[in-house]
Amino acid sequence: MALDPLVAGVPTPAITHDSTAYSTPLVSVAEDTTFFVRNMEFFYGDFHALTGVSLDIHGGAITALIGPSGCGKSTFLRCLNRMNDLIAGTKIEGSVLFGGADIYGSGVDPVDLRRRVGMIFQQPNPFPQSIYDNVAFGPRLQGIRKKSELDAIVEDSLKRANLWKEVKDILGRNGLAISGGQQQRLCIARVLAVEPDVLLMDEPCSAIDPTSVQKIEDLMAEIKDEVTTIIVTHNMQQAARVSDYTSFFLQEVAGEPAVLVESGKTNDIFTTPLDKRTEDYITGRFG
Amino acid sequence: MREMFAEDRERLKELGVGAMDKSARSQARQARRVRERLANSAALTVLLIAAGITVAALAVIILYVLIHGAPSISPRFIFTWPHGVNAEGGIWPTIVSTIYVTALAMLIATPIAVLAAVYLAEYARQGRIVTIIRFAADSLASVPSIVMGLFGLAFFVDAFHLPMSMLAAALALALLMLPIIMRATEEAIRAVPRYIRWGSYGLGATKWQTVSKVVLPWAMPRIITGLVLAMGRAIGETAVVFYTMGMAINMPLTPLDSGRSMAVHLYMLAVDGINLKAAYGTALMLMIIILVLNSLAHLIQRRYRKVR
Repeated sequence: MALDPLVAGVPTPAITHDSTAYSTPLVSVAEDTTFFVRNMEFFYGDFHALTGVSLDIHGGAITALIGPSGCGKSTFLRCLNRMNDLIAGTKIEGSVLFGGADIYGSGVDPVDLRRRVGMIFQQPNPFPQSIYDNVAFGPRLQGIRKKSELDAIVEDSLKRANLWKEVKDILGRNGLAISGGQQQRLCIARVLAVEPDVLLMDEPCSAIDPTSVQKIEDLMAEIKDEVTTIIVTHNMQQAARVSDYTSFFLQEVAGEPAVLVESGKTNDIFTTPLDKRTEDYITGRFG
Repeated sequence: MREMFAEDRERLKELGVGAMDKSARSQARQARRVRERLANSAALTVLLIAAGITVAALAVIILYVLIHGAPSISPRFIFTWPHGVNAEGGIWPTIVSTIYVTALAMLIATPIAVLAAVYLAEYARQGRIVTIIRFAADSLASVPSIVMGLFGLAFFVDAFHLPMSMLAAALALALLMLPIIMRATEEAIRAVPRYIRWGSYGLGATKWQTVSKVVLPWAMPRIITGLVLAMGRAIGETAVVFYTMGMAINMPLTPLDSGRSMAVHLYMLAVDGINLKAAYGTALMLMIIILVLNSLAHLIQRRYRKVR
């Protein structure tokens, strides 16, 4: 999957990246790498939340982030579209390259970044307006006004989110008036309507009904060629079912920063983990 | 309620005498459960009494005004001018003046208060200055209205040479309403859940797009509650309008016309007991108008709230 550089003039891949916080020598980024994270440190005020995270996210695939509560996987996820910028007192060090460009570099507008790296949250969060307006929200922000064009985007996005059949006759109904699982798929449709390159999902299935979970897992598989997906999940079966790659985060001592213990192909992580801690977690010895 | 108490008392008696066969532990547990149930019933009683007093106070006031005021109310009373020493006849110009000045004050205060609240809640760096502004607003809200009236007279009429008019009164009333609307809006904005904003930011919305298209609509029901409170305060305000728009019976056309509000009219009618019947009639009309406006606000609120 080819990505346009986020900032004009920044070479792709960024072999000449010169962040000072950056110590590992940077070799050329693999062709299918969407996110290239090196030596990330993350702080909430005085609290050091993540340390030494280095990870490649493969494009056109689904990556699952697993680990016990409080292990920083959601924090890591929010670093990828600079959502943490919205939380006061946070600080990040290290490198996060997206399409070869440092997303924390000067000249990067987080608003542009978030248009390309969409996000779904644990709690479905439709806006208090009609289903149609919810999906059309993003395209309208980008200045699309033509009714026929918006109609097409809304229909297409709802279809991709596996929701069209259920709502095609009630597009004028308030987005908060449908079931929780439908709301979550509405939120997915809303994100897909801005045609992001990447979809970040923060425990998207933990608050909804099993039927909707099934539909969301189906749609993730259907769109993964076009939309690289990174999903945080507490559900080991879900990680094993849907993902191609898995990364295991762990905070070993309370109050200490969490680390990325191991990452690799989902099949390998679940059958032959290299690290004892990964094995313990997967076989349910803690967490 | 009394039956519940009686039952509990009997259980206590029973436990005291005839429960020798039970183990001491289960006895203690039983006794504790009974005590808890008694405390629960007592609390419920107290709460019911408190709630009852509140409802009763409202009911008594409304009934009192209704009984005394209803006989005066007729289309003639509502839609004609006063005559004689302004104690007989209708109250039409005072109704128009009241609605005119309240609407004008809302028009002035609402945008300023809402924008200030958006700035405070969303943009301002949270720190000492914001705390000071908030404290100032709360203090402004508790300034006695007679002081606000005096200030309105000194500032808008004397210093700015506005005539005693709808505009001068609306400006003074707006000062009164500003802190109420601002604080309500600020609280409403702060109550918008974080994940709702994030949903908008996650779609690549800018801060202003997020605030205007997502946060404010979400906060609207609570903002409207604030508007209703402020409106209620303004519409019944006597001292402020007495100082700033006068007491001449007049049908206001332009904002620079003077007039007499219903509250002032009510005061004039009652102060010497010149026409208490008409005073109660005016009071009842004032309450009806506030009720209608409140209901309207609730309708708008429902449209925003819908399923929430």
